[in-house]
Amino acid sequence: MNLDINVTENSEKYLVHLSGEIDAYTSQKLKDTLLPLTKKKGYTLVVDLEQVNYMDSTGLGVFISVLKATKEAESSMTLINLKERVRKLFKITGLDQIININLDERGVND
Amino acid sequence: METIKLDLKHYKELLKSYIETQDEKSLYGAEQISKSFIKNNILPEEIVNLHIQSIIELYPDLNKEIRHAMNFLLETMISYGLAHQEYQTLREKQLELKSEISIAANMQETLLATTIPNVEDLDIGVISVPAHQMNGDYHHLVKSNDGLIGIAVADVIGKGIPAALCMSMIKYSMESFPDQSMKPKAILESLNRVVERNVEAGMFITMFYALYNPTDSKLQYASAGHEPGFYYYAEQDTYNEIDAKGLVLGVSPDTNYNQYELQLHQGDMVILLTDGVTECRNNGKFIEREEVIEVIKKYAHLPAQETVNQVYKHFERLQNFQLKDDFTLIILRKNV
Repeated sequence: MNLDINVTENSEKYLVHLSGEIDAYTSQKLKDTLLPLTKKKGYTLVVDLEQVNYMDSTGLGVFISVLKATKEAESSMTLINLKERVRKLFKITGLDQIININLDERGVND
Repeated sequence: METIKLDLKHYKELLKSYIETQDEKSLYGAEQISKSFIKNNILPEEIVNLHIQSIIELYPDLNKEIRHAMNFLLETMISYGLAHQEYQTLREKQLELKSEISIAANMQETLLATTIPNVEDLDIGVISVPAHQMNGDYHHLVKSNDGLIGIAVADVIGKGIPAALCMSMIKYSMESFPDQSMKPKAILESLNRVVERNVEAGMFITMFYALYNPTDSKLQYASAGHEPGFYYYAEQDTYNEIDAKGLVLGVSPDTNYNQYELQLHQGDMVILLTDGVTECRNNGKFIEREEVIEVIKKYAHLPAQETVNQVYKHFERLQNFQLKDDFTLIILRKNV
């Protein structure tokens, strides 16, 4: 299984659409794409997970790294449209307490 | 050298027979001879050389253009020979690495070994099986001087060697705590600081820690983002998720953990696990947590150790005996 990553930029906002699975094989690619997008102060990184059906703990690791990077650069990150199974992972690990997760936002039309 | 000479004679005969008859038998002979070449490490250019000599001996009048062409072929084979030798060296190196990893895995097993403490009113069953050679799951059972039982289950992100190294760190930190009857909350808070300081960003560990007091049958526990376990309430014959919230270890240095408490009664069970159990896939489809409970129910009448063994066997079968993730399951059952 693969992971497709599509990035668009729109007024101080990067919108990242993911499609596929986030696991040990795809997470490095995801990290390499997301980390550079955290560098601009004041920017928001919005990650749309609607097309992500599976994620394992290495995926959580990527989002922790990215979160730490946004704090350093004074940018921010929001995850949107999480599938139930993926959302549960953030909940069990307590990461939903420190990562912005917006369940209602429809990223594309915003 | 003797066998190769024999092969030369043999090769020549086979070649002659094939040229004259083109029969299957000599082709089969060629296949056998090439296997023996590989076994004896004969390089491609040596085989071409053997071919040239055979053909010259068989047909001394061979025209000189063909001879030159054959020598040309010999030359082009030399790089293949080098590649083959390289392949041999890599194979040896790989075997070496494999044996080094297996030594490390043995060391880890010794290092992280835990003995199940003898507790009068508790039947304890434990199984932990790595998916690859080294285990990224960790469990630890300890009896303190005042008779309290500490139980830890942890899972580190990722698998294999980095995960295993990380677990050794956890084990040492836990052993360095002066008081083995420390509260679960305090244990997780100290470990969190150690992990946060010592792992790279993006690495984390989940842990469930429980402390059982045999004198009042109370189980205190706290969770650092660990896969929730189950509690079997014997009187009602119900299985419930053990509710405990808390952030994974290693992300934020001053995390506070909530501590919870359960009163155990006769026949009650506490079931602790790692996500290697719940992340099992059956033909690509994930099994649900309810299915895990169903399987445990099926074997719950057995002694705790037998129960965990049978549950493991069930999931091992389900995944065609190839674990995708490290698998750890602990069952504590109150006897009296």
